[in-house]
Amino acid sequence: MADTTATASTETVAQTDDGIRRRDFLDIAAIGAAGVGGVFIVYPLVSQMAPSKDVLAASSTEVDVSSIEPGQAIKAVFRKQPLFVKRLTDAEIAAANATATGSLRDPQSLEDRTKEGHRDILVTMGVCTHLGCVPLGAAEGEVKGEYGGYFCPCHGSHYDTAGRIRKGPAPTNLEVPEYEFTSDTVIQVG
Amino acid sequence: MTKLLSVRLVAILVGLGFAFVALFAFVIGAYNAATEETAAHVPYEKPMDIAFSFDGPFGKWDKAQLQRGLKVYDEVCSACHSLKFVAFRNLEELGYDEGQVKAYAASKQVPGIDPNTGEAAMRPGLPTDYFPSPYPNAVAAAAANNNAIPPDLSLITKARGDGTNYVASLLMGYQAPSEELLAEHPEAAPGPGLHHNPYFPNLNLAMAPPLTTDGQVTYDDGTEATIEQMSKDVAAFLTWTAEPTLVKRKQTGWPVLIFLLFATILAYMSKQQIWAAVKPKKD
Amino acid sequence: MSFPWAREYQPSNGFTRFLDEKLPLPRLVYNAVGAGYPVPRNLSYFWNFGVLAGFFLVLQIVTGVVLAMHYAANAQVAFATTEHIMRNVNWGWMMRYAHANGASFFFIVVYMHIFRGLFYSSYKAPREMIWLLGVVIFLLMMATAFMGYVLPWGQMSFWGAKVITGLFGAIPLIGEPIQIWLLGGFAPDNAALNRFFSLHFLLPFVIAGVVILHIWALHIPGSSNPTGVEVKSESDTVPFHPYYTAKDGFGLGVILLAYFAMVFFLPNALGHPDNYIEANPLSTPAHIVPEWYFWPFYAILRAFTVDFILPAKLWGVIAMFASILLWFFLPWLDKSPVRSGHYRPLFRKFFWFGLIPTMIVLFICGGAPAEEPYVMLSQIATAYYFLHFLVILPIISSVEKPEPLPYSITEAVLGSDKKAVLGENTTPAV
Repeated sequence: MADTTATASTETVAQTDDGIRRRDFLDIAAIGAAGVGGVFIVYPLVSQMAPSKDVLAASSTEVDVSSIEPGQAIKAVFRKQPLFVKRLTDAEIAAANATATGSLRDPQSLEDRTKEGHRDILVTMGVCTHLGCVPLGAAEGEVKGEYGGYFCPCHGSHYDTAGRIRKGPAPTNLEVPEYEFTSDTVIQVG
Repeated sequence: MTKLLSVRLVAILVGLGFAFVALFAFVIGAYNAATEETAAHVPYEKPMDIAFSFDGPFGKWDKAQLQRGLKVYDEVCSACHSLKFVAFRNLEELGYDEGQVKAYAASKQVPGIDPNTGEAAMRPGLPTDYFPSPYPNAVAAAAANNNAIPPDLSLITKARGDGTNYVASLLMGYQAPSEELLAEHPEAAPGPGLHHNPYFPNLNLAMAPPLTTDGQVTYDDGTEATIEQMSKDVAAFLTWTAEPTLVKRKQTGWPVLIFLLFATILAYMSKQQIWAAVKPKKD
Repeated sequence: MSFPWAREYQPSNGFTRFLDEKLPLPRLVYNAVGAGYPVPRNLSYFWNFGVLAGFFLVLQIVTGVVLAMHYAANAQVAFATTEHIMRNVNWGWMMRYAHANGASFFFIVVYMHIFRGLFYSSYKAPREMIWLLGVVIFLLMMATAFMGYVLPWGQMSFWGAKVITGLFGAIPLIGEPIQIWLLGGFAPDNAALNRFFSLHFLLPFVIAGVVILHIWALHIPGSSNPTGVEVKSESDTVPFHPYYTAKDGFGLGVILLAYFAMVFFLPNALGHPDNYIEANPLSTPAHIVPEWYFWPFYAILRAFTVDFILPAKLWGVIAMFASILLWFFLPWLDKSPVRSGHYRPLFRKFFWFGLIPTMIVLFICGGAPAEEPYVMLSQIATAYYFLHFLVILPIISSVEKPEPLPYSITEAVLGSDKKAVLGENTTPAV
């Protein structure tokens, strides 16, 4: 404030007020800048924990479904998690359609869970929606549970032929990931 | 005071809430249990209780048995099962000398590279090499075994409950399922490619009986190679591979415990002496 | 900070005088755990467990730092480096067994410490802050132990990590992003293993810091004691050193005998065989169980099997966290003027015949597979657990008629003649 001494005394009061305000403003601005700086520091610290580029890059998978016989399933890997692709038999489709959707814990019909024109191809994550175990029932000779679909050995969740939760602790149906048929026999997941 | 009362009132309501939901789940569960049939467990046998030289706090390896077990692994198990955490040099602990270990290692082919071209090639093993795997990778192992990958055996006796007895019991336990079992649990009948074994948790396993005839392995020390003998010997060997330090561990434990016992008695006497002055007189 | 009759530190020679002037560390130690800290003379062996917990924290840090010199936190090699420690590193097997069983013994002594605090109501004024810091230490211990169990990258490591991080997925809307953020991927992998290792190394030092606060807070009112009657005069106390250093030394010897018997003769008895199988994301173990010290809380998590307004899974997660967090409120829930359970007939009954059997049932159910009768047992026990702390405790603290308390600690120790001498009544001194 070198100029204060050079001005008339009548202006001193106003100047002082102005000075105080300016100082307050400077203090607030400085603290504010520190706060903004803090956010700048916190943001990368938090976001470094999110999936890295290589993990995200491996986030889509193609599966050829032509070799799956009715009643059989294959296990693929999608985002390092198991993916079940199953070709349903007519009996399994009938069993899934015979169940009243309204009575289910997570009401979905087989229609909701498969693609138009490929009603017999059921694509689900092989991850139990309870606590993330891999259900049995995809490989030959595995237990399929009381509803003929999948059975999670961890806490006893039973899924039906459409991969819907019917009994046990899991809250929702086996997740159907986003996928599309890129040709008649190939699906792209993710 | 009213504030404190309200803290406790909230607590009581929250407590009743959690208790209600838990009991509600209990009632539903009890109702379901009463009205629905649940799949009964198919019973399987606990492993037999077999006496081994390394059992108990004073146990020691029976090196002759471990050598016999190595021979069973080498001639039978190693066709499908790897032993990836064990190096040839470790075999000196079984009582072989340096020359024998060197010769044994050299008799095995391990993956390496051609020193001239740099291409992948097999070369004779060195004592520092580890037991080679019968398959180049897990996919090959699965493809060769109808999707059931033979597990690595290095740690198998620690990776199963009561592992040593389990391995021996399993190897001796192959048999046809009994009539009563099939009558009670028709689903326990072995499917295609599976073999019944009462010691395996779901009774049917993919591994075909590996030890089928007496004398399948010819022991160098003249021990009669019955199935029972071979099973016990290889179980003992796999106990050593799972924990080569087992005997040293027990032998280290004794001086430690004896020293501690001595120190604890001293600490007790010193504590009694220090407290004598302030302890109430008993009268 | 302490009683007026506390002995004062007297530097004995030139060096300690110099040190006392420039950095009075010996004085601090003397006042904290030396002759300068007067402690009630009637502490039972249940009061040993605080010092023992401190011992096991140090043991875990020492063995852990040593193991970290040989371990590599990478999903490709973590399992193999653990076996490298067991087979190739000199005395590596002993360090690893000491660390693994050390965690179990740390929890054993801490549970004894906590239940001693619950029976003698050590959480009551003026010791609320000690209790609150203790609960913080317990939560940090649980986080540290959980992340440590992931490091060997066995099947239980992997699936335990998956199940526990899956708990966050139960939170509506933000749950799944949080879970992915915690893991740094869509399933436990390198990113998760590395960060767990980093935090597993860091948190014990955070625990050590909170332990210092815990002891600091303890030295303001001084230790509680089995009668629950506050210290009145010098005859009620003895100096910590040599009386309790000697007693703790003996207690340490006893627990170390048990500990080393486990390390050398039953090192895997408290572990799960599946953790000697390398982690495999495509194969789920038949029963996923956490380490034994989490079983009661795991049972509470699994007890909620029915949707009721909220999904069952969310109920389980909320209840599991609530079952520990409610300990924070104990000082304000139990308003009985009497501390010690020895003088509280009704409280004592609920403690021994309600809470302790409940904890045992929860412990057994948490380790058992999720099938009947364990699920139904765990539901009843869970209901009682919440009723005990949140309903029964507040109610009995207002309706119960406590038994007469001794006038002082000295009287409790030396007999009733003091009462006549002092001519005091025996109403609760609070």
